[in-house]
Amino acid sequence: MAKFFAVTIILIAVASAVPIVMHTWEAPADISTHGALIDEQMSETMLEAGISFLAAQIILAIFIWQFSNPGPDARIKTFPGGAKGLVIAALVLVGAEVMALGIFGTKAWAAQYFTPPAADAMAVQVQAGQFAFYFRYPGLDGRFGPIHPDLINEGSQNFYGLDPDHDQDSKDDIVAAEMAIPVNKEIHLLMHSKDVGHSFYVPELRVQQDFVPGLDVSLHFTATKVGKYEIVCTQLCGLGHYNMKAYLEVMSQADFDDWLKKEAAMQ
Amino acid sequence: MHDMSAHAAQHHAPPTSFIRKHVFSLDHKVIGKQYYGLALIAVFAGMVLSWLMRIHLAWGAAPIPGLELLSKNGAPAGVITPEYYLQLMTMHATIMVFFVLTTAPFAAFGNFFLPIQVGAEDMPFPHFNMMSFWVTFTAFLVLMASFFVPDGPTLGGWTQYAPLSAVGKVAGPGQGTGVILWAASIAIFCVGQLLGSLNFITTTLDLRVKGMSLMRLPLSAWGWFITSCMGLTAFAVLMPACILLILDHVAGTSFFVPSNLVLNDQLQPHSGGSTLLWQHLFWFFGHPEVYIAIVPGMGIVSHVLITSMRRPMLSHRVLIYSMGALAVLSYMVYGHHMFVSGMNPVSSLAFSFPTLMITIPSTIIVLIWIGSLYGSKLRITAASLFALGFVSMFVSGGVSGFFLAQPSIDIMLHATYFVVGHFHMVMGVAAMFGIFSGTYFWFPKMTGRMMNETLGKIHFWLSFVGTYCIFMPFHYLGMAGNVRRYSAFVDDYTMRLIPVHKFITVAAIATGCAQFIFLYNLIHSRFKGKPAPDNPWEATSLEWSTPTTPPPHNNFGDKLPVVYHDPYQYGVKSSTGDYVMQASPEQVATPHEEK
Amino acid sequence: MKTRCKFAAMISASLLVIGAGLIVSQKVSAAGEGKITGTIKLDGTPPHQKPIDMSKEPSCQAKHAGHPITTETVVSANGALQYVVVYLSEGLSGAAANAVPSEQPEFNQTGCQYVPHVIALDVGQSFKVVNSDQTSHNIHPQPKPGAGNQEWNKSQPPGTPPFVVKWNSEEVAVPVKCNIHPWMHGYMAVVKGPYAVSGENGSFTIDGVPPGSYTVSAWQELYGTQTQKITVAAGKPTTADFTFKAK
Repeated sequence: MAKFFAVTIILIAVASAVPIVMHTWEAPADISTHGALIDEQMSETMLEAGISFLAAQIILAIFIWQFSNPGPDARIKTFPGGAKGLVIAALVLVGAEVMALGIFGTKAWAAQYFTPPAADAMAVQVQAGQFAFYFRYPGLDGRFGPIHPDLINEGSQNFYGLDPDHDQDSKDDIVAAEMAIPVNKEIHLLMHSKDVGHSFYVPELRVQQDFVPGLDVSLHFTATKVGKYEIVCTQLCGLGHYNMKAYLEVMSQADFDDWLKKEAAMQ
Repeated sequence: MHDMSAHAAQHHAPPTSFIRKHVFSLDHKVIGKQYYGLALIAVFAGMVLSWLMRIHLAWGAAPIPGLELLSKNGAPAGVITPEYYLQLMTMHATIMVFFVLTTAPFAAFGNFFLPIQVGAEDMPFPHFNMMSFWVTFTAFLVLMASFFVPDGPTLGGWTQYAPLSAVGKVAGPGQGTGVILWAASIAIFCVGQLLGSLNFITTTLDLRVKGMSLMRLPLSAWGWFITSCMGLTAFAVLMPACILLILDHVAGTSFFVPSNLVLNDQLQPHSGGSTLLWQHLFWFFGHPEVYIAIVPGMGIVSHVLITSMRRPMLSHRVLIYSMGALAVLSYMVYGHHMFVSGMNPVSSLAFSFPTLMITIPSTIIVLIWIGSLYGSKLRITAASLFALGFVSMFVSGGVSGFFLAQPSIDIMLHATYFVVGHFHMVMGVAAMFGIFSGTYFWFPKMTGRMMNETLGKIHFWLSFVGTYCIFMPFHYLGMAGNVRRYSAFVDDYTMRLIPVHKFITVAAIATGCAQFIFLYNLIHSRFKGKPAPDNPWEATSLEWSTPTTPPPHNNFGDKLPVVYHDPYQYGVKSSTGDYVMQASPEQVATPHEEK
Repeated sequence: MKTRCKFAAMISASLLVIGAGLIVSQKVSAAGEGKITGTIKLDGTPPHQKPIDMSKEPSCQAKHAGHPITTETVVSANGALQYVVVYLSEGLSGAAANAVPSEQPEFNQTGCQYVPHVIALDVGQSFKVVNSDQTSHNIHPQPKPGAGNQEWNKSQPPGTPPFVVKWNSEEVAVPVKCNIHPWMHGYMAVVKGPYAVSGENGSFTIDGVPPGSYTVSAWQELYGTQTQKITVAAGKPTTADFTFKAK
């Protein structure tokens, strides 16, 4: 029984590692400028976690195999080095490992969160609401008109509560249900929630950030590859949460300009 | 060490009426069994809810016959609606976290065995103890009642993030009465846990019998003691948080709701609250809660492993200090649940380092378990299999913590199935294995009858392989970006993951069915099992020194035991074989003692 | 004494029968009823109808040729206004007001829009809510609190059967929205007695109006309510045209 158990543990451990080694289910390829650091950090962690996982399971299995149902003469032995050795090993090896991960990981985090967006970054506002994202472009004046929550009316598609009749800045604001951005251009994303908590997650862009109702937060990123990607909500926001998504279209500057004109005409 | 007033309080005469004996009992052993019974009902309820969710995720359009009878609105024609899925999910999590993982390993086993392991006649405050169970039971009824209110239970998830949970009905079905019942239930539950923790701490500190120094306490007792210290502080924060949440609903306050929110085109009449405040309060409880669920399991598993290995752990003291370190660190790491929540990114780093640090005591604990296995004389029983399974699960669940501890990687994995896999492994399944291990180990002492070992081993094999089949694939789904808490998969990149979901569903149903073997074994053995000897596992701690099995009303009969040894004198030469009991005055030639 | 009682009972029974017959005959005597017809126009420029971008729901977008437009003011080339509810707000007698039509209109969720955009219903009249889409909808009518109707919302995953509901009190009009698709918006006008909703050419016909004097009301979601006093004669149509002024 014990030997069978030992073999089972090893089989499970190896089988668990196979899809990871084979890259069967992986995150979609990175399309951002900051994502490489995250990916590097990820594979580094995977290596260390994988080794710890396999080593612990296999040693556990070997000991179970070896020390179960011993003969009547068997004597209790102590692991070489005893507890002190193990504690030192844990402190040194694991301590060094996690410190390394922690310090190295700070770089990836800092690259995204501690550096301000470039001065010429393009501002786009995203508003999350149950259960759709709407994106706002400031238009030619480069300024977003003020939001009047009491004017929000989804039936007539005033999702932001804009008042272009009275607010000069709102007149040329463009509100769209999908997000188009020019490739290789830094985007400064201003995040606003209309109702409850939501999140902005684009796996390809290596960004995920919650919307905080009552507190506008911002993100910045640069997409490097033209294509159509999905923006999904990852913060439970109600019954339509599973269906809260929008498309991100990364396009050439020329295509983007055309798109913006087309959207402006639809306002 | 001996406080006379506490001793006087714990001393009470055996009851005579049925009600005082079995229902409103002051006896810690009866209360322990009541907690166990409650956890048993809860765990099967929670499991059935998870089946419904799994079936819906794998075959979304498939009607589940009869489900429309349970909820006409939630499952028209048996097809689960998006909100009903979330309601099932919230209830599954709440039931499992609070009424199973907190109740069974801590309140059930702790109640039954902590007083016996320290050599006490009962808890110091038996009335509080009785109250703690009945309060917990009431909390369970209040939670269950939410299935029967018009909108059904809340859909906000067990974390109940505000403002979804705080603005009321307008946020969705179940967010009105459902949330109020949820928060009331949890607040009541907190009262029960606070009363229980108070008793546990006092029992450990004041009621130890002669010779029982703190370091001579078995590791299971240490597990419960450390857990009760966490319980006292963590639940004391959750309770006011729940009360504030209820006030936001019924008293027009705005603790968790900022101004200018628009739901359903209606401007909400709230202002000045903070949504992050709820998250801080919740996770200040929430992260210690993970350790409240797992530390008793660690204690139980260490206790069972030592008895099965016929040797003490490499170091008793280091294990205790490591468990203590986990408890202390657990308060400093809670922010890792909030890396992408919008709190200051500097805080994310500040929370990341202690989170990584917590790996160190965890690793020490695992290395001591595995290292102690070396050179032991391992006996394979259902209890020891589950204990070893616990070690394997804890390692698997622990290493995924490496990823989630780092904010930069958390960007990719936060709120994906990777997290689901992680916490089910380390907190759910591992703790469950601890409960199973404790059940197979202590059942003879609790009931006076043996459980069927063969059925126990079959139960272990199916559960061990089954849980890996369920929870390992969750990690892969998460790495591929599959977001959790979705009632259906409509994103293009999740389409290729649906076969994995089908595999998980089949595994979940099979593993769940295997639990009925356990249920049968439990009930059948309770009435028809072989009579148990006083010390079937040749163990040393005080619960095996009681004059009868199960122990008499005051645990030790006329005379309290006296403790002569450290708890685990195994692998020694003695008159009884290879062990000397704690309460035995026999000299041990080369005793295991902590230097 | 005994026979007298019997006689009195017979008399009152026959009176009851006659009375009941009179009430019933009043209801079914179609020949004696008139009708109201008319056209609804909009004077001025309608507000810009913003196209609806349904890109997040591709199965719905596929049901439309281009971007469908919002349906809050649908005006044809000659200024005819669609989706205006016309009903008798004053003057109906009890029997005609309380009659409930037996037909069951359909309120369909298709292409992520409500079809029709505005539905008129009699108090107590059953109607069917249908989901024809490949996505879940959560229909959520929001009656005014305290007006006698209860707010409800109900999810319909794709493929689930329609369900039948009714409203208990008059209310013009109950806004309806989908809790999953924010742009989905419609109205349910609950009235007493005969009603009509203007069609694409702005015209409407209210059948089955008993002769008499009435106040006719026309309700439009943006422009509110207009009224007219008219007298309906038996057997022939009476005209009531309405013109709303654009804001």
